[in-house]
Amino acid sequence: MALLEVKNLGISFGGLRAVDDFNISIEKGCLYGLIGPNGAGKTTVFNMLTGVYLPTDGSIILDGNNVVGKNPAQICQSGIARTFQNIRLFGKMSVLDNVKVALHNEYSYSLGSGILHLNKYKKTETAMNERALEILKVFDMNEQAHILSSNLPYGKQRKLEIARALATNPKLLLLDEPAAGMNPNETAELMDTISLIRDKFDITILLIEHDMKLVSGICEQLTVLNFGMVLTTGTPEAVLNDPEVVTAYLGE
Amino acid sequence: MGILQNILEQVINGLRSGSIYALIALGYTMVYGIAKMINFAHGDIIMVGAYALYVGLAIFHLPAVGAVLLSIAICTILGVGIERIAYKPLRSAQPLAVLITAIGVSFLLQSLSLLIFGATPIPQASIVGFDGIKIGGISISGITIVTLIVTTICMASLTWFINKTKLGSAMRAVSEDKGAAELMGIDVNKTISLTFAIGSALAAIAGILYVCQYQSLKPTLGAMPGIKAFVAAVLGGIGSVPGAMLGGIILGLIESLSKAYISTELSDAIVFGILVLVLLIKPSGLLGKIRKEKV
Repeated sequence: MALLEVKNLGISFGGLRAVDDFNISIEKGCLYGLIGPNGAGKTTVFNMLTGVYLPTDGSIILDGNNVVGKNPAQICQSGIARTFQNIRLFGKMSVLDNVKVALHNEYSYSLGSGILHLNKYKKTETAMNERALEILKVFDMNEQAHILSSNLPYGKQRKLEIARALATNPKLLLLDEPAAGMNPNETAELMDTISLIRDKFDITILLIEHDMKLVSGICEQLTVLNFGMVLTTGTPEAVLNDPEVVTAYLGE
Repeated sequence: MGILQNILEQVINGLRSGSIYALIALGYTMVYGIAKMINFAHGDIIMVGAYALYVGLAIFHLPAVGAVLLSIAICTILGVGIERIAYKPLRSAQPLAVLITAIGVSFLLQSLSLLIFGATPIPQASIVGFDGIKIGGISISGITIVTLIVTTICMASLTWFINKTKLGSAMRAVSEDKGAAELMGIDVNKTISLTFAIGSALAAIAGILYVCQYQSLKPTLGAMPGIKAFVAAVLGGIGSVPGAMLGGIILGLIESLSKAYISTELSDAIVFGILVLVLLIKPSGLLGKIRKEKV
Protein backbone atom coordinates (compact mmCIF):
# COMPACT_ATOMS: atom_id res chain seq x y z
CA MET A 1 0.00 0.00 0.00
CA ALA A 2 1.19 3.50 -0.87
CA LEU A 3 2.39 5.85 1.89
CA LEU A 4 0.11 8.64 0.74
CA GLU A 5 -3.17 7.93 -0.96
CA VAL A 6 -5.23 10.97 -1.90
CA LYS A 7 -8.66 10.33 -3.38
CA ASN A 8 -11.08 12.75 -5.03
CA LEU A 9 -9.70 15.68 -3.09
CA GLY A 10 -11.46 18.95 -3.79
CA ILE A 11 -11.93 22.39 -2.26
CA SER A 12 -14.17 25.33 -3.07
CA PHE A 13 -13.67 28.90 -1.92
CA GLY A 14 -17.17 30.29 -2.27
CA GLY A 15 -18.04 29.73 -5.92
CA LEU A 16 -14.47 29.04 -6.99
CA ARG A 17 -13.51 25.41 -7.35
CA ALA A 18 -9.77 25.72 -6.67
CA VAL A 19 -8.95 22.02 -6.76
CA ASP A 20 -11.24 19.34 -8.12
CA ASP A 21 -11.03 15.55 -8.09
CA PHE A 22 -7.34 15.46 -7.20
CA ASN A 23 -5.90 11.94 -6.94
CA ILE A 24 -2.36 10.98 -6.14
CA SER A 25 -0.67 7.85 -4.86
CA ILE A 26 2.88 8.07 -3.55
CA GLU A 27 4.90 4.97 -2.73
CA LYS A 28 7.17 4.96 0.30
CA GLY A 29 10.64 6.29 -0.50
CA CYS A 30 9.54 7.93 -3.74
CA LEU A 31 10.63 11.39 -4.86
CA TYR A 32 7.49 12.77 -6.40
CA GLY A 33 6.99 16.05 -8.25
CA LEU A 34 3.86 18.17 -8.48
CA ILE A 35 4.06 20.63 -11.34
CA GLY A 36 1.75 22.92 -13.22
CA PRO A 37 1.37 26.52 -14.40
CA ASN A 38 0.98 29.36 -11.89
CA GLY A 39 -2.39 29.34 -10.17
CA ALA A 40 -3.04 25.68 -10.96
CA GLY A 41 -3.67 24.91 -7.28
CA LYS A 42 -0.41 23.25 -6.25
CA THR A 43 0.08 25.17 -3.01
CA THR A 44 -3.62 24.72 -2.27
CA VAL A 45 -3.03 20.95 -2.42
CA PHE A 46 -0.15 21.36 0.04
CA ASN A 47 -2.36 23.44 2.32
CA MET A 48 -4.98 20.69 2.33
CA LEU A 49 -2.40 17.97 2.95
CA THR A 50 -1.07 19.86 5.99
CA GLY A 51 -4.46 20.83 7.43
CA VAL A 52 -4.19 24.56 6.78
CA TYR A 53 -7.29 24.28 4.55
CA LEU A 54 -10.08 21.83 5.23
CA PRO A 55 -10.94 20.04 1.97
CA THR A 56 -14.55 20.32 0.83
CA ASP A 57 -14.46 16.66 -0.19
CA GLY A 58 -12.15 13.68 -0.64
CA SER A 59 -9.78 11.80 1.59
CA ILE A 60 -6.07 11.97 2.47
CA ILE A 61 -4.78 8.64 3.73
CA LEU A 62 -1.31 8.70 5.23
CA ASP A 63 0.00 5.27 6.14
CA GLY A 64 -3.52 3.92 6.47
CA ASN A 65 -4.96 6.81 8.50
CA ASN A 66 -7.25 9.51 7.20
CA VAL A 67 -5.85 12.87 8.25
CA VAL A 68 -8.68 15.04 6.90
CA GLY A 69 -10.13 17.14 9.73
CA LYS A 70 -7.04 17.09 11.90
CA ASN A 71 -5.42 20.43 12.71
CA PRO A 72 -1.96 21.31 11.31
CA ALA A 73 -0.16 20.43 14.56
CA GLN A 74 -1.81 16.99 14.69
CA ILE A 75 -1.05 16.33 11.02
CA CYS A 76 2.56 17.31 11.63
CA GLN A 77 2.65 14.78 14.46
CA SER A 78 1.18 12.07 12.27
CA GLY A 79 4.09 12.57 9.88
CA ILE A 80 3.68 15.29 7.25
CA ALA A 81 6.11 18.22 7.36
CA ARG A 82 6.53 21.06 4.91
CA THR A 83 8.51 24.07 3.80
CA PHE A 84 7.06 27.26 2.38
CA GLN A 85 7.14 29.02 -0.95
CA ASN A 86 8.01 32.25 0.84
CA ILE A 87 10.51 31.44 3.57
CA ARG A 88 8.83 31.39 6.96
CA LEU A 89 11.65 30.84 9.43
CA PHE A 90 11.50 32.18 12.97
CA GLY A 91 13.74 35.13 12.12
CA LYS A 92 14.29 36.34 15.67
CA MET A 93 15.52 32.92 16.80
CA SER A 94 18.90 31.30 16.26
CA VAL A 95 19.45 28.63 13.62
CA LEU A 96 19.67 26.01 16.38
CA ASP A 97 16.48 27.19 18.08
CA ASN A 98 14.58 27.01 14.79
CA VAL A 99 15.42 23.32 14.58
CA LYS A 100 14.77 22.76 18.28
CA VAL A 101 11.26 24.19 18.00
CA ALA A 102 10.50 21.48 15.46
CA LEU A 103 11.83 18.84 17.86
CA HIS A 104 9.12 19.97 20.30
CA ASN A 105 7.09 16.78 20.16
CA GLU A 106 10.02 14.39 20.12
CA TYR A 107 11.26 15.29 23.57
CA SER A 108 9.39 16.01 26.73
CA TYR A 109 9.93 17.16 30.25
CA SER A 110 7.42 18.66 32.63
CA LEU A 111 7.06 22.37 33.28
CA GLY A 112 8.02 21.65 36.89
CA SER A 113 11.32 19.97 36.08
CA GLY A 114 12.11 22.88 33.77
CA ILE A 115 11.43 25.45 36.48
CA LEU A 116 13.29 23.50 39.15
CA HIS A 117 16.18 22.82 36.78
CA LEU A 118 16.05 19.07 37.46
CA ASN A 119 18.29 16.51 35.87
CA LYS A 120 15.59 15.47 33.43
CA TYR A 121 15.42 19.02 32.07
CA LYS A 122 19.19 19.28 31.61
CA LYS A 123 19.45 15.85 29.99
CA THR A 124 16.58 16.50 27.62
CA GLU A 125 17.88 19.92 26.59
CA THR A 126 21.33 18.47 25.95
CA ALA A 127 19.85 15.64 23.90
CA MET A 128 17.78 18.14 21.91
CA ASN A 129 20.85 20.27 21.23
CA GLU A 130 22.79 17.25 20.02
CA ARG A 131 19.99 16.05 17.78
CA ALA A 132 19.50 19.55 16.32
CA LEU A 133 23.22 19.90 15.61
CA GLU A 134 23.23 16.47 13.99
CA ILE A 135 20.47 17.53 11.60
CA LEU A 136 22.23 20.83 10.87
CA LYS A 137 25.42 18.93 10.11
CA VAL A 138 23.70 17.12 7.25
CA PHE A 139 23.16 20.54 5.71
CA ASP A 140 26.66 21.67 6.61
CA MET A 141 25.22 24.36 8.84
CA ASN A 142 26.35 23.29 12.30
CA GLU A 143 28.96 26.06 12.27
CA GLN A 144 26.23 28.67 11.99
CA ALA A 145 24.03 27.20 14.74
CA HIS A 146 24.14 30.24 16.96
CA ILE A 147 23.52 33.07 14.53
CA LEU A 148 20.08 34.56 13.98
CA SER A 149 18.26 32.74 11.20
CA SER A 150 17.33 36.04 9.52
CA ASN A 151 21.05 36.77 9.09
CA LEU A 152 21.64 33.68 6.95
CA PRO A 153 22.13 34.08 3.20
CA TYR A 154 19.08 33.20 1.12
CA GLY A 155 20.18 29.77 -0.03
CA LYS A 156 20.99 28.74 3.55
CA GLN A 157 17.61 29.97 4.76
CA ARG A 158 15.95 27.64 2.26
CA LYS A 159 18.10 24.79 3.55
CA LEU A 160 17.30 25.64 7.16
CA GLU A 161 13.61 25.41 6.35
CA ILE A 162 14.17 21.88 5.09
CA ALA A 163 16.24 21.04 8.17
CA ARG A 164 13.52 22.39 10.43
CA ALA A 165 10.86 20.36 8.63
CA LEU A 166 13.01 17.22 8.91
CA ALA A 167 13.37 17.75 12.64
CA THR A 168 9.67 16.97 13.09
CA ASN A 169 10.60 13.42 12.01
CA PRO A 170 8.19 13.21 9.08
CA LYS A 171 7.26 10.24 6.92
CA LEU A 172 6.37 12.59 4.10
CA LEU A 173 8.18 15.85 3.40
CA LEU A 174 6.48 18.49 1.29
CA LEU A 175 8.78 21.02 -0.39
CA ASP A 176 7.06 24.07 -1.86
CA GLU A 177 9.29 25.46 -4.63
CA PRO A 178 12.59 24.70 -2.87
CA ALA A 179 14.65 26.14 -5.73
CA ALA A 180 12.72 29.41 -6.03
CA GLY A 181 15.12 32.34 -6.31
CA MET A 182 18.22 30.15 -6.45
CA ASN A 183 20.98 30.46 -9.02
CA PRO A 184 21.94 27.40 -11.13
CA ASN A 185 24.80 26.46 -8.79
CA GLU A 186 22.60 26.62 -5.72
CA THR A 187 19.93 24.60 -7.52
CA ALA A 188 22.42 21.88 -8.43
CA GLU A 189 23.55 21.74 -4.81
CA LEU A 190 19.93 21.60 -3.66
CA MET A 191 19.24 18.63 -5.94
CA ASP A 192 22.06 16.73 -4.26
CA THR A 193 20.76 17.70 -0.83
CA ILE A 194 17.23 16.53 -1.62
CA SER A 195 18.39 13.12 -2.85
CA LEU A 196 20.72 12.85 0.13
CA ILE A 197 18.04 13.51 2.75
CA ARG A 198 15.62 11.11 1.08
CA ASP A 199 18.17 8.33 1.55
CA LYS A 200 19.63 9.45 4.86
CA PHE A 201 16.34 10.12 6.64
CA ASP A 202 14.48 7.33 4.86
CA ILE A 203 11.55 9.55 3.91
CA THR A 204 9.23 10.19 1.02
CA ILE A 205 9.30 13.58 -0.69
CA LEU A 206 6.64 15.45 -2.62
CA LEU A 207 7.83 18.68 -4.16
CA ILE A 208 6.37 21.56 -6.10
CA GLU A 209 8.83 23.07 -8.54
CA HIS A 210 8.99 25.21 -11.64
CA ASP A 211 12.62 24.45 -12.41
CA MET A 212 12.26 21.68 -15.00
CA LYS A 213 15.92 20.76 -14.77
CA LEU A 214 15.47 19.97 -11.10
CA VAL A 215 12.18 18.17 -11.67
CA SER A 216 13.44 15.97 -14.50
CA GLY A 217 16.75 15.48 -12.70
CA ILE A 218 15.51 14.02 -9.43
CA CYS A 219 11.80 13.20 -9.53
CA GLU A 220 10.73 9.63 -10.23
CA GLN A 221 7.08 10.40 -10.78
CA LEU A 222 5.24 13.56 -11.78
CA THR A 223 1.70 14.79 -11.56
CA VAL A 224 0.70 17.81 -13.60
CA LEU A 225 -2.01 20.09 -12.26
CA ASN A 226 -3.85 22.56 -14.47
CA PHE A 227 -6.82 24.73 -13.46
CA GLY A 228 -7.20 22.68 -10.27
CA MET A 229 -7.42 19.34 -12.07
CA VAL A 230 -4.93 16.57 -12.73
CA LEU A 231 -3.81 16.77 -16.35
CA THR A 232 -1.59 13.72 -16.34
CA THR A 233 0.62 11.52 -14.19
CA GLY A 234 3.71 9.53 -15.12
CA THR A 235 7.47 9.45 -15.39
CA PRO A 236 9.24 12.77 -16.09
CA GLU A 237 10.20 11.76 -19.68
CA ALA A 238 6.65 10.82 -20.57
CA VAL A 239 5.01 13.77 -18.83
CA LEU A 240 7.33 16.51 -20.04
CA ASN A 241 6.99 15.37 -23.67
CA ASP A 242 3.23 15.14 -23.46
CA PRO A 243 1.80 17.68 -25.94
CA GLU A 244 -1.06 18.49 -23.54
CA VAL A 245 1.43 19.46 -20.82
CA VAL A 246 3.41 21.60 -23.22
CA THR A 247 0.19 23.34 -24.25
CA ALA A 248 -0.77 23.95 -20.61
CA TYR A 249 2.55 25.66 -19.98
CA LEU A 250 3.10 27.48 -23.26
CA GLY A 251 -0.37 27.83 -24.76
CA GLU A 252 -1.47 26.74 -28.20
CA MET B 1 18.80 64.48 55.76
CA GLY B 2 20.96 65.44 52.83
CA ILE B 3 19.71 65.99 49.32
CA LEU B 4 21.63 62.97 48.08
CA GLN B 5 19.96 60.63 50.59
CA ASN B 6 16.63 62.09 49.63
CA ILE B 7 17.20 61.47 45.94
CA LEU B 8 18.40 57.93 46.62
CA GLU B 9 15.30 57.21 48.68
CA GLN B 10 13.09 58.42 45.86
CA VAL B 11 15.02 56.30 43.39
CA ILE B 12 14.48 53.22 45.56
CA ASN B 13 10.77 54.02 45.85
CA GLY B 14 10.68 54.41 42.10
CA LEU B 15 12.37 51.07 41.61
CA ARG B 16 9.81 49.47 43.91
CA SER B 17 6.72 50.72 42.09
CA GLY B 18 8.54 50.38 38.77
CA SER B 19 9.27 46.71 39.31
CA ILE B 20 5.59 46.10 40.13
CA TYR B 21 4.62 47.88 36.90
CA ALA B 22 7.18 45.73 35.10
CA LEU B 23 5.61 42.50 36.41
CA ILE B 24 2.19 43.61 35.20
CA ALA B 25 3.58 44.92 31.91
CA LEU B 26 5.06 41.47 31.22
CA GLY B 27 1.52 40.07 31.14
CA TYR B 28 0.40 42.68 28.61
CA THR B 29 3.42 42.28 26.40
CA MET B 30 3.48 38.45 26.37
CA VAL B 31 -0.21 38.19 25.57
CA TYR B 32 0.20 40.82 22.87
CA GLY B 33 3.20 38.99 21.44
CA ILE B 34 1.37 35.68 21.22
CA ALA B 35 -2.32 36.43 20.78
CA LYS B 36 -1.87 39.89 19.15
CA MET B 37 -4.42 41.42 21.49
CA ILE B 38 -4.39 43.94 24.34
CA ASN B 39 -5.90 42.19 27.34
CA PHE B 40 -7.48 45.15 29.12
CA ALA B 41 -8.82 42.83 31.80
CA HIS B 42 -5.22 42.22 32.90
CA GLY B 43 -5.34 45.10 35.43
CA ASP B 44 -8.35 43.54 37.11
CA ILE B 45 -6.51 40.25 37.56
CA ILE B 46 -4.28 42.27 39.91
CA MET B 47 -7.37 43.27 41.86
CA VAL B 48 -8.56 39.65 42.01
CA GLY B 49 -5.10 38.63 43.23
CA ALA B 50 -5.25 41.21 46.04
CA TYR B 51 -8.78 40.18 47.10
CA ALA B 52 -7.81 36.50 46.95
CA LEU B 53 -5.02 37.24 49.41
CA TYR B 54 -7.55 38.88 51.72
CA VAL B 55 -9.95 35.94 51.40
CA GLY B 56 -7.16 33.48 52.15
CA LEU B 57 -5.99 35.38 55.22
CA ALA B 58 -9.18 36.80 56.74
CA ILE B 59 -11.75 34.15 55.79
CA PHE B 60 -9.85 30.87 55.52
CA HIS B 61 -7.23 31.94 58.11
CA LEU B 62 -4.43 30.55 55.98
CA PRO B 63 -0.81 31.32 56.79
CA ALA B 64 0.68 34.08 54.61
CA VAL B 65 2.42 31.63 52.26
CA GLY B 66 -0.79 29.64 51.79
CA ALA B 67 -2.76 32.80 51.02
CA VAL B 68 -0.14 33.87 48.47
CA LEU B 69 -0.28 30.47 46.75
CA LEU B 70 -4.08 30.55 46.79
CA SER B 71 -4.04 33.99 45.19
CA ILE B 72 -1.61 32.88 42.45
CA ALA B 73 -3.64 29.73 41.77
CA ILE B 74 -6.94 31.64 41.52
CA CYS B 75 -5.49 34.24 39.15
CA THR B 76 -3.83 31.60 36.94
CA ILE B 77 -7.06 29.66 36.58
CA LEU B 78 -9.02 32.87 36.05
CA GLY B 79 -6.61 34.10 33.35
CA VAL B 80 -6.70 30.81 31.44
CA GLY B 81 -10.49 30.60 31.88
CA ILE B 82 -11.06 34.12 30.55
CA GLU B 83 -8.99 33.31 27.49
CA ARG B 84 -10.93 30.08 26.84
CA ILE B 85 -14.38 31.56 27.31
CA ALA B 86 -14.07 35.14 26.11
CA TYR B 87 -11.11 35.45 23.72
CA LYS B 88 -10.67 32.06 22.06
CA PRO B 89 -13.98 32.14 20.15
CA LEU B 90 -12.89 35.53 18.75
CA ARG B 91 -9.46 34.46 17.57
CA SER B 92 -10.23 35.07 13.93
CA ALA B 93 -12.48 38.07 14.58
CA GLN B 94 -11.51 41.71 14.06
CA PRO B 95 -9.06 43.12 16.64
CA LEU B 96 -11.68 45.69 17.67
CA ALA B 97 -14.14 42.96 18.73
CA VAL B 98 -11.50 41.35 20.94
CA LEU B 99 -10.52 44.70 22.43
CA ILE B 100 -14.12 45.51 23.36
CA THR B 101 -14.57 42.02 24.82
CA ALA B 102 -11.48 42.59 26.97
CA ILE B 103 -12.91 45.87 28.25
CA GLY B 104 -16.18 44.01 28.95
CA VAL B 105 -14.36 41.34 30.94
CA SER B 106 -12.62 44.11 32.90
CA PHE B 107 -15.98 45.67 33.87
CA LEU B 108 -17.38 42.24 34.69
CA LEU B 109 -14.55 41.49 37.13
CA GLN B 110 -14.87 44.92 38.78
CA SER B 111 -18.64 44.60 39.12
CA LEU B 112 -18.40 41.08 40.51
CA SER B 113 -15.94 42.24 43.12
CA LEU B 114 -18.22 45.20 43.94
CA LEU B 115 -21.11 42.77 44.33
CA ILE B 116 -19.23 40.35 46.56
CA PHE B 117 -17.08 42.68 48.67
CA GLY B 118 -18.95 46.00 48.45
CA ALA B 119 -17.67 49.48 47.62
CA THR B 120 -16.23 50.30 51.04
CA PRO B 121 -12.47 49.88 50.99
CA ILE B 122 -11.31 46.92 53.08
CA PRO B 123 -8.11 47.39 55.06
CA GLN B 124 -5.52 44.70 54.43
CA ALA B 125 -2.38 44.74 56.53
CA SER B 126 0.91 43.97 54.83
CA ILE B 127 2.03 40.37 55.04
CA VAL B 128 5.64 41.48 55.23
CA GLY B 129 6.59 41.21 58.89
CA PHE B 130 9.88 43.04 59.21
CA ASP B 131 10.32 46.78 59.42
CA GLY B 132 13.09 47.43 56.99
CA ILE B 133 16.63 48.65 57.27
CA LYS B 134 18.56 51.88 57.42
CA ILE B 135 21.78 52.22 55.43
CA GLY B 136 23.74 55.47 55.78
CA GLY B 137 20.71 57.56 56.57
CA ILE B 138 18.53 55.98 53.88
CA SER B 139 15.64 53.98 55.23
CA ILE B 140 14.28 51.18 53.11
CA SER B 141 10.99 49.61 54.15
CA GLY B 142 10.51 45.86 54.46
CA ILE B 143 7.95 45.72 51.64
CA THR B 144 10.36 47.59 49.36
CA ILE B 145 13.08 45.00 49.97
CA VAL B 146 10.66 42.11 49.47
CA THR B 147 9.23 43.68 46.32
CA LEU B 148 12.65 44.21 44.78
CA ILE B 149 13.78 40.66 45.57
CA VAL B 150 10.57 38.98 44.43
CA THR B 151 10.29 40.95 41.18
CA THR B 152 13.96 40.37 40.33
CA ILE B 153 13.52 36.62 40.83
CA CYS B 154 10.33 36.60 38.74
CA MET B 155 11.87 38.54 35.87
CA ALA B 156 15.08 36.51 35.86
CA SER B 157 13.20 33.19 35.87
CA LEU B 158 10.85 34.35 33.14
CA THR B 159 13.75 35.44 30.93
CA TRP B 160 15.41 32.09 31.48
CA PHE B 161 12.16 30.22 30.86
CA ILE B 162 11.49 31.98 27.56
CA ASN B 163 15.02 31.63 26.24
CA LYS B 164 16.17 28.31 27.60
CA THR B 165 13.25 25.91 27.70
CA LYS B 166 11.30 24.00 25.09
CA LEU B 167 7.99 25.60 26.08
CA GLY B 168 9.63 29.03 26.03
CA SER B 169 10.93 28.53 22.52
CA ALA B 170 7.49 27.29 21.47
CA MET B 171 6.13 30.59 22.82
CA ARG B 172 8.68 32.58 20.82
CA ALA B 173 7.89 30.60 17.69
CA VAL B 174 4.13 31.12 18.05
CA SER B 175 4.62 34.84 18.63
CA GLU B 176 6.65 35.12 15.44
CA ASP B 177 4.59 33.01 13.06
CA LYS B 178 1.58 31.19 14.42
CA GLY B 179 0.94 29.31 11.17
CA ALA B 180 4.49 28.06 10.71
CA ALA B 181 4.71 27.05 14.39
CA GLU B 182 1.53 25.02 14.07
CA LEU B 183 2.88 23.30 10.97
CA MET B 184 5.97 22.35 12.99
CA GLY B 185 3.71 20.47 15.38
CA ILE B 186 3.26 23.05 18.13
CA ASP B 187 -0.12 23.14 19.84
CA VAL B 188 -1.00 26.82 19.50
CA ASN B 189 -3.97 26.66 21.91
CA LYS B 190 -1.86 25.17 24.67
CA THR B 191 0.85 27.76 24.10
CA ILE B 192 -1.67 30.62 24.31
CA SER B 193 -3.13 29.14 27.52
CA LEU B 194 0.36 28.87 29.00
CA THR B 195 1.00 32.52 28.17
CA PHE B 196 -2.18 33.62 29.90
CA ALA B 197 -1.33 31.41 32.88
CA ILE B 198 2.14 32.93 33.31
CA GLY B 199 0.89 36.50 32.77
CA SER B 200 -1.90 36.05 35.32
CA ALA B 201 0.37 34.43 37.90
CA LEU B 202 2.71 37.42 37.60
CA ALA B 203 -0.30 39.74 37.94
CA ALA B 204 -1.30 37.95 41.16
CA ILE B 205 2.18 38.49 42.59
CA ALA B 206 2.04 42.14 41.52
CA GLY B 207 -1.40 42.49 43.15
CA ILE B 208 -0.13 41.07 46.43
CA LEU B 209 2.91 43.36 46.47
CA TYR B 210 0.72 46.33 45.55
CA VAL B 211 -1.81 45.74 48.31
CA CYS B 212 0.95 45.18 50.87
CA GLN B 213 2.21 48.64 49.97
CA TYR B 214 -1.11 50.53 49.95
CA GLN B 215 -2.90 48.31 52.50
CA SER B 216 -6.41 48.90 51.21
CA LEU B 217 -8.69 46.89 48.91
CA LYS B 218 -11.26 48.31 46.55
CA PRO B 219 -12.80 46.91 43.35
CA THR B 220 -11.08 49.46 41.13
CA LEU B 221 -7.63 49.00 42.64
CA GLY B 222 -6.29 47.27 39.53
CA ALA B 223 -7.30 50.02 37.11
CA MET B 224 -4.50 52.54 37.73
CA PRO B 225 -1.53 50.12 38.01
CA GLY B 226 -3.05 48.24 35.06
CA ILE B 227 -3.15 51.24 32.79
CA LYS B 228 0.28 52.41 33.92
CA ALA B 229 1.74 48.98 33.25
CA PHE B 230 0.15 49.11 29.81
CA VAL B 231 1.91 52.44 29.28
CA ALA B 232 5.13 50.78 30.47
CA ALA B 233 4.68 47.93 27.97
CA VAL B 234 4.10 50.36 25.11
CA LEU B 235 6.99 52.54 26.28
CA GLY B 236 9.36 49.56 26.23
CA GLY B 237 7.97 48.27 22.93
CA ILE B 238 4.88 46.08 23.11
CA GLY B 239 5.67 42.45 22.39
CA SER B 240 9.19 42.75 23.83
CA VAL B 241 9.84 41.05 27.18
CA PRO B 242 12.98 43.03 28.13
CA GLY B 243 11.13 46.13 26.88
CA ALA B 244 8.32 45.60 29.40
CA MET B 245 10.83 45.27 32.23
CA LEU B 246 12.73 48.38 31.17
CA GLY B 247 9.52 50.35 30.53
CA GLY B 248 8.14 49.47 33.97
CA ILE B 249 11.28 50.51 35.80
CA ILE B 250 11.60 53.78 33.87
CA LEU B 251 7.95 54.58 34.49
CA GLY B 252 8.29 53.93 38.23
CA LEU B 253 11.39 56.14 38.47
CA ILE B 254 9.80 59.01 36.53
CA GLU B 255 6.67 58.79 38.64
CA SER B 256 8.51 58.74 41.95
CA LEU B 257 10.93 61.55 41.07
CA SER B 258 8.25 63.80 39.64
CA LYS B 259 6.07 63.23 42.70
CA ALA B 260 8.94 64.23 44.95
CA TYR B 261 10.44 67.13 43.03
CA ILE B 262 7.83 68.49 40.66
CA SER B 263 4.29 67.95 41.84
CA THR B 264 2.26 65.06 43.21
CA GLU B 265 -0.79 66.16 41.26
CA LEU B 266 1.11 66.42 38.01
CA SER B 267 3.02 63.14 38.32
CA ASP B 268 0.45 61.10 36.35
CA ALA B 269 0.31 63.79 33.68
CA ILE B 270 4.09 63.65 33.39
CA VAL B 271 4.05 59.85 33.10
CA PHE B 272 1.50 59.89 30.29
CA GLY B 273 3.18 62.91 28.69
CA ILE B 274 6.40 60.93 28.41
CA LEU B 275 4.50 58.11 26.72
CA VAL B 276 3.25 60.58 24.11
CA LEU B 277 6.80 61.89 23.60
CA VAL B 278 8.32 58.42 23.20
CA LEU B 279 5.64 57.39 20.76
CA LEU B 280 6.23 60.54 18.71
CA ILE B 281 9.97 59.99 18.55
CA LYS B 282 10.11 56.19 18.42
CA PRO B 283 6.65 54.76 17.67
CA SER B 284 7.76 51.15 18.18
CA GLY B 285 8.80 51.86 21.80
CA LEU B 286 12.26 51.77 23.32
CA LEU B 287 13.15 48.15 22.54
CA GLY B 288 10.45 47.40 20.00
CA LYS B 289 11.36 46.58 16.44
CA ILE B 290 9.55 48.02 13.48
CA ARG B 291 8.19 45.28 11.29
CA LYS B 292 9.01 46.09 7.74
CA GLU B 293 6.25 44.99 5.42
CA LYS B 294 7.75 43.53 2.29
CA VAL B 295 5.88 44.37 -0.86
